[in-house]
Amino acid sequence: MLLSKPRLIRGGVRTETHKQPTAACPLEPLHPPGPLYVSLSQHIGAPALPAVRPGDTVAKGQRLGTPEQGLSAAVHAPTSGRVAAITRHPAPHPSGLAVTTVVLEPDGEERWADERPEPLTEEAERLEPATISHRAAEAGIVGMGGAAFPAAVKLNSPRPVDTLILNGGECEPYLTCDDRLMRERAAGIVDGGRLMARALGARRTAIGVEDNKPEAIHALRQAAASLGGAEVVPVPSLWPQGSEKHLIYTLTGREVPAGALAADIGVVAHNVGTAYAVHRAVRQGRPLISRPVTIGGGAVATPTNLEAPLGTPFRTLLHQAGGLRETPARVLAGGPMMGPIVPLEAALAKGTNGVIALTRSEIREAEGRPCIRCGRCVDACPMGLMPFEIANRAAAGDIDGAAASGLMDCLTCGSCAYVCPSARPLVQLFHYARGQRAERAAAKERTELQRRMAEQRAERQRREQERKKAAAAARRRQRAAHAQGGAEQAQGGAEAEPQDTGAEGSPPDAAPSGEETVS
Amino acid sequence: MSELVAGPHTRAPVSLPALMRQVLLAAVPATAFGVWLYGWPALYLLVITLASALAGEAVSLRAAGRPVRSGLGDGSALVAGWILAMSLPPWAPWWIGAIGGLLATVLGKGVFGGTGQNPFNPAMAARVALLVAFPAAMTRWVAPAPLGTEQAPGLLASLRITFLGGADWDAVTSATTLDATRTAITQGQSIQAALPEAYDPALAVLGYAAGSLAEGSALLLAAGGVYLIHRRVIPWETPLVLLATLAVLATGFHALDPQRYHDAGVHLLAGSTVLAAFFIATDPTTSPATAAGRAVFAAGCAATIWIVRTYGGYPEATAFAVLLMNACTPLIDRWIRPRVYGRTRRGTPLPTGEENP
Repeated sequence: MLLSKPRLIRGGVRTETHKQPTAACPLEPLHPPGPLYVSLSQHIGAPALPAVRPGDTVAKGQRLGTPEQGLSAAVHAPTSGRVAAITRHPAPHPSGLAVTTVVLEPDGEERWADERPEPLTEEAERLEPATISHRAAEAGIVGMGGAAFPAAVKLNSPRPVDTLILNGGECEPYLTCDDRLMRERAAGIVDGGRLMARALGARRTAIGVEDNKPEAIHALRQAAASLGGAEVVPVPSLWPQGSEKHLIYTLTGREVPAGALAADIGVVAHNVGTAYAVHRAVRQGRPLISRPVTIGGGAVATPTNLEAPLGTPFRTLLHQAGGLRETPARVLAGGPMMGPIVPLEAALAKGTNGVIALTRSEIREAEGRPCIRCGRCVDACPMGLMPFEIANRAAAGDIDGAAASGLMDCLTCGSCAYVCPSARPLVQLFHYARGQRAERAAAKERTELQRRMAEQRAERQRREQERKKAAAAARRRQRAAHAQGGAEQAQGGAEAEPQDTGAEGSPPDAAPSGEETVS
Repeated sequence: MSELVAGPHTRAPVSLPALMRQVLLAAVPATAFGVWLYGWPALYLLVITLASALAGEAVSLRAAGRPVRSGLGDGSALVAGWILAMSLPPWAPWWIGAIGGLLATVLGKGVFGGTGQNPFNPAMAARVALLVAFPAAMTRWVAPAPLGTEQAPGLLASLRITFLGGADWDAVTSATTLDATRTAITQGQSIQAALPEAYDPALAVLGYAAGSLAEGSALLLAAGGVYLIHRRVIPWETPLVLLATLAVLATGFHALDPQRYHDAGVHLLAGSTVLAAFFIATDPTTSPATAAGRAVFAAGCAATIWIVRTYGGYPEATAFAVLLMNACTPLIDRWIRPRVYGRTRRGTPLPTGEENP
């Protein structure tokens, strides 16, 4: 199912990579002295439920949050210390939205919890698949490439999976933390891949790495040669090569059908960092409490790579990289193509692969001009959409038109906006249109509900009235039966008419059944 | 705190004004050659046309309530005026340039909503409007009178030609190649017989002949066009398909009947074929947005050019051809679209499972 030769995706853009300043910086372990702000919703799905109380003393690796029912993930203490508070703190999100956060004062002892899961040292093939996904869930592992989807859920695919793809694309400019991880801990990644393949029942594993990371490719190949299990495939360095859909296409030649999951075509893709986290969870019993992160951008004094505890505030991370040498125009969590603008108080989460402080000259903010339909966005779109058309329709308020042009197929990868000579805020318009669409759908649902309720009420009232009428008619009939005399006969005949219609519209037995439809 | 701005937070170093500057730069050599070939009146006409186009754009922007300075700054009005001037008879009176410039930016662009909104190429819309309204002034060509030669009028005499209509037309008028052969065709003569006096391939490549201000020099125009392709300002499909289609049509029919049909050389080098291929049919706003669509568009332009030149009432046809295909652009963009990832050509999701290609 894997191609012998990687296939070039449609469109995409060759960005200025800016990887050189940090590509040579090894992952440095960081033990920040200040408080950690460990968010309980670092993943897609429901926030974890607090498992500690303010004032509790916690050990490193101890559970801070228990996964909620359904889609959720556990959260663990990145170091030992005292729970200072459980409060709401800004998330690494452009809104600065506050989420439930455990504030942990480190005691500096890095004291591990006593009851850690047993390290499992057997060959991957001798472990039960369920054991591996259970370990991933226990360790609170989520997709570390940015999506932060709970990994254990993806390892429990109900569909048969043939191929596991490890994503070492790292095509966002500036970011090199995955590159460093692949160079420095290739064996762990390859082992993690074997464990994941075992959990999925996948026959083949491919690690796709952009060809601008030759050292990483070399290291992984060596590890794969000694451990076995994975093919390391260099893929073109092109944005958005690291998009799951596009990496799958490049390596297998197959497309994930619209609206379907990769597993529906027998493929599952995980980030290399996720594979490494699975390796640690199984082999060392270590939960996900730290992650590699690149601190970079032109406004940072000495850009670097860190392995930092989750919950380290961005301000501390920037300080660790020598601080800011100028006021940044934007600070992002992740790379400049898709990373959101974040507040400095927000803290490192499981899906944060970079903290990038960009200068004014780096962002090249330009005056927005009208679309000239030049088609550069069409050439750049890796999804085969016509972005200008979607954006023009969205800007004109034609949300249905935008949807018909493929609004919901868009990855929001930003290739279109990157090449737009008129500097149009294309991705912003797509977000806007999606928001409008969701709002409309919700409004429509509300109106529909209101209409149904009004109808039901009218129906209830009608039946009630008819019931009363029928009851009244019955009473009159009874009275008529009681009263005797020829003079009253005529009156009774006149009354017969309304009595009949009442009986026709709603026989007395119908009333209860009418109530049934309401309930 | 943080602003709600979506990514990407960086951009490629391209901008609309920069693209327009490149187009102007690419047009300079051919234009300079035209000014040298036809003398100062050509320069005056160019300046008047540009000034008028800018004035028309400024008025349109003001009327639309948009910032005038920023709107003029995108350079599109200057390009429209410049390309229109390149296609005008070089000794045309000042009012041709003045009216033409206004037509291009006000009627060609402004009334549709300005930059990016016009369905037709503004320069070609203005050119056709002028040709229909002022046929005499728009078809009076002069024989080359290069600066520095005896035939070239001086600065003052040139002012008289441009502003007072003071040219000794009997002495300077000359027919273009396509004019001459058009006459031959209508009189039922062989075009071969009409050609030799009007057409010399070597001179035609250079553009040393009677014709519009700056659409004669195939060599310099092509050089500018190749530069634009190299700098990725214009797509390569449009000029390539346009020139190739025209060449194939011309060669095929010429082989059938050389007396009746021009060869590819005449079609490619005479008239404004090369200007249209590189500078006009490549206008982003009025041509399709996909590569395949642009190829269809260019082929349509070439076919129309060939048909009108061969059977139509006008000797030259590029402006008509471009406008006609401009009108087809929305349809082309509706029909010719890329296939969306994960979907069939018809837009339905690809099947799941192994049968997926």
